[in-house]
Amino acid sequence: MTELEQHEIERLQYGFAVSRRDLFKFVGAGLVVGLCAPKAFTQESGAGFRGESASQDVDSWLHIAPDSKITVFTGKVEMGQNIRTSLAQQVAEELRAPLNSITMVMGDTALTPFDMGTFGSRSTPQMGSQLRKMAASARELLLDMAARKWQEDRSKLSADNATIISQSGKKIGYGELTGGQKLVKLIAQDPSLTPATQWHVAGTAATKVDGAAFVTGSHQYTSDIARLQMLTGKVLRPNAFNATLVSLDSRAAEALPNVRVIRDGNFVGVVAPDSEQAQKALSLLQAQWNAPAQPSETELFDYLKKNPEAEGGGGFGGRSAHIVGSIETGMSSATKTASGTYTVAYIAHAPLEPRAAVAEWTEDRLTVWTGTQRPFAVREELASAFHLSLDHVRVIVPDTGSAYGGKHTGDAAVEAARLAKAAGRPVKLVWTREEEFTWAYFRPAGVIEIKSGAKNDGTLAAWEFHNYNSGPAAIQTPYNVPHQKIEFHATKYPLRQGSYRGLAGTANHFARESHMDELAQALHMDPLQFRLKNITDPRLRAVFETAAAKFGWGKQRARANHGFGLAGGFEKGGYFATCAEVTVDRNAGEVKIVRVVEAFDCGAVINPNGLRNQISGAIVQGIGGAMFETVHFVNGRILNPHFRDYRVPRFRDVPQIEVELIDRKDAPSMGAGETPIMGLAPAVGNAIFHATGVRLRSMPLETKKLASK
Amino acid sequence: MATITLLVNGSQLQAEAAADESLLSVLRNGLGLTGTKYGCGEGQCGACTVLLDGKPVRSCRTPAASAIGKKISTIEGLSRNGSLHPVQQAFLDEEAFQCGYCTPGMIMSAVALLQNTPNPTDEQIVQHMNGNICRCGTYPRVMAAIHKAGGKGK
Repeated sequence: MTELEQHEIERLQYGFAVSRRDLFKFVGAGLVVGLCAPKAFTQESGAGFRGESASQDVDSWLHIAPDSKITVFTGKVEMGQNIRTSLAQQVAEELRAPLNSITMVMGDTALTPFDMGTFGSRSTPQMGSQLRKMAASARELLLDMAARKWQEDRSKLSADNATIISQSGKKIGYGELTGGQKLVKLIAQDPSLTPATQWHVAGTAATKVDGAAFVTGSHQYTSDIARLQMLTGKVLRPNAFNATLVSLDSRAAEALPNVRVIRDGNFVGVVAPDSEQAQKALSLLQAQWNAPAQPSETELFDYLKKNPEAEGGGGFGGRSAHIVGSIETGMSSATKTASGTYTVAYIAHAPLEPRAAVAEWTEDRLTVWTGTQRPFAVREELASAFHLSLDHVRVIVPDTGSAYGGKHTGDAAVEAARLAKAAGRPVKLVWTREEEFTWAYFRPAGVIEIKSGAKNDGTLAAWEFHNYNSGPAAIQTPYNVPHQKIEFHATKYPLRQGSYRGLAGTANHFARESHMDELAQALHMDPLQFRLKNITDPRLRAVFETAAAKFGWGKQRARANHGFGLAGGFEKGGYFATCAEVTVDRNAGEVKIVRVVEAFDCGAVINPNGLRNQISGAIVQGIGGAMFETVHFVNGRILNPHFRDYRVPRFRDVPQIEVELIDRKDAPSMGAGETPIMGLAPAVGNAIFHATGVRLRSMPLETKKLASK
Repeated sequence: MATITLLVNGSQLQAEAAADESLLSVLRNGLGLTGTKYGCGEGQCGACTVLLDGKPVRSCRTPAASAIGKKISTIEGLSRNGSLHPVQQAFLDEEAFQCGYCTPGMIMSAVALLQNTPNPTDEQIVQHMNGNICRCGTYPRVMAAIHKAGGKGK
């Protein structure tokens, strides 16, 4: 379990963030409905799945104004995954109100109820279903109110288009029903929800609710916010990780007009009226750092294997391996065996909007705007850093320029607040690209070792799987194996690491699905038939069969230097199967991905437009980790902290992409921001093997090796 | 610091600028035109793309002083009388973005492409747009949006 995943499982409890009076001050008169339901949520797989139930707590609330405008308050944040739209659709559906009458207030610790954070693909299954219940409860409440007002039989009333309609012909808008009063209703019941087969607003390809703000450039990200008297801040970074400041000469910087240098232990920052001046001041600081010797990239995988962490490992790790049957028995019953070692590199999230924060103090109260996935955790960080009570700190998250699991922490927020405190004025701090590539955290590198056996009929006999450091997400095999030993090994690690889209689901699927191909090869079986032979879950079968049919698996012969590969699996409630076609230039050792087909099933689809965008985007992002993304480092220094030497997918890298959605109206809606990324790397690796007979077992795939073989 | 005058979206605007200050910095900090984004400061990602006399440039690598006397077009100047530019409309229709941070730069690059090549091929789009990074990976939709706006992009 990584540091950050551990961080994520802390259980914090706060109730209604806003007092009743403040609440109406913000929204004006009308009806406020809060849902108080016993929360039962499972945590991200970092700690294995832990079901925890909490006391009654307001999760979210909505306000209906006298003009029938509806405002929904949730602690989730929008960072490109389109949850602002898909949550609004679910509210509109249950409330029987037009989508454009709904405004979502998100990720503001002063206005929205406590939320753990936006990660782990939990927004749709957890917050989505909470909001549906709340909206349905509000609808029932409005029906009650109308029935009382008209002294009519409630069963003769219905709700549609933000209006209660009686069979007797009466009509009244939701807003009018509230009568300009200030009403608060807390609901604890579990209302009946509209089945997906009857959805009219949810389940449709609604476009992004505030899309125009993005194409006109008017949307304000954190770095676009300006406050009166605001200064620009910069932080002096050490010359290596874990360095301590030995000496600082700041005289030249401080001689500049309107510049202040702030030193607090190892923290050194500057503030100036503008970024030019701040940058100039920063460059004039003379600092001496003392950095310890640290492991380098060349020894990375060896280091991970040789440095077990005694503690930790989570549900699957360390001393608690997942064991079924006996590996020895299984291996001895196998007629074909295989073994392989797979590696994954450290990679960076590289969100296009770097970490940024604007901090403003008003006496002993602090407000910070910052792009984070966990506004309430950042509030905690700030309160702890400045010894404030939580109600003196407000964190506001403007819709953010992406995160991919990379913005769980509040580094920029704490830095900006520290500078603003010293300066006595608001401070904006925007990390440079180099800072973003160096001082954020990385997707964990890892080593995965697999030994397996199968029988001649193609049934799996034994499966032994060890993952060192990359993480336990999706570590279990979805295939039927009578004898299994699956173990995550927590290790010491050389770089700051944390969550990344899909966590270790990508690494574990890469190793597992590459290895399944190796077994199929040993058995002389078709890779698809071999997988299907060992799957009983009908939804997993269905994604494989759907992707294969669309791709034309087994129906087309590969031309010279072309190869076909597939991979699939299940994680965070989503089922995927990915087929890839590649062309290989053996002389140059270059691979081009020509075509990708992915079938995906995440239950009842809330918004097929947004879902397709997520899946297609995940495939593209997955190309980076599969083909070229690697963080290079030596002795505590990052060697490629720029886009010119850290290659990310660009237009030229994009294949033909086809997405096949399986819309399961009968199954709960699950998240889709992460799982669709997991199939690309193994599908491409398998396609390269198909084309060349050479098995590449690293992420990124070392295609240069193809040239020498 | 010196006061410079820039012709931005058809208006003469004055701003204070340091000697070697980038056009991006002056647009964002001096003139409050924050639609143009900082993504890398290295001319590698295209988030800061604006047009100088109709040609796309990386404003993070363009000294503000070198833009004096030229026509500067930013995302804020694209829409006319409240209606979106055809390229903006096509991006909206195709929902050719996720987080939207790259979108102003993408749109400005696309506008420049369509001015010279009203109906570009896929390969022409790739060639022209390869310097614009979308980390969310919405490239296929951007391609579709550019095709859609093609012929109407002037």
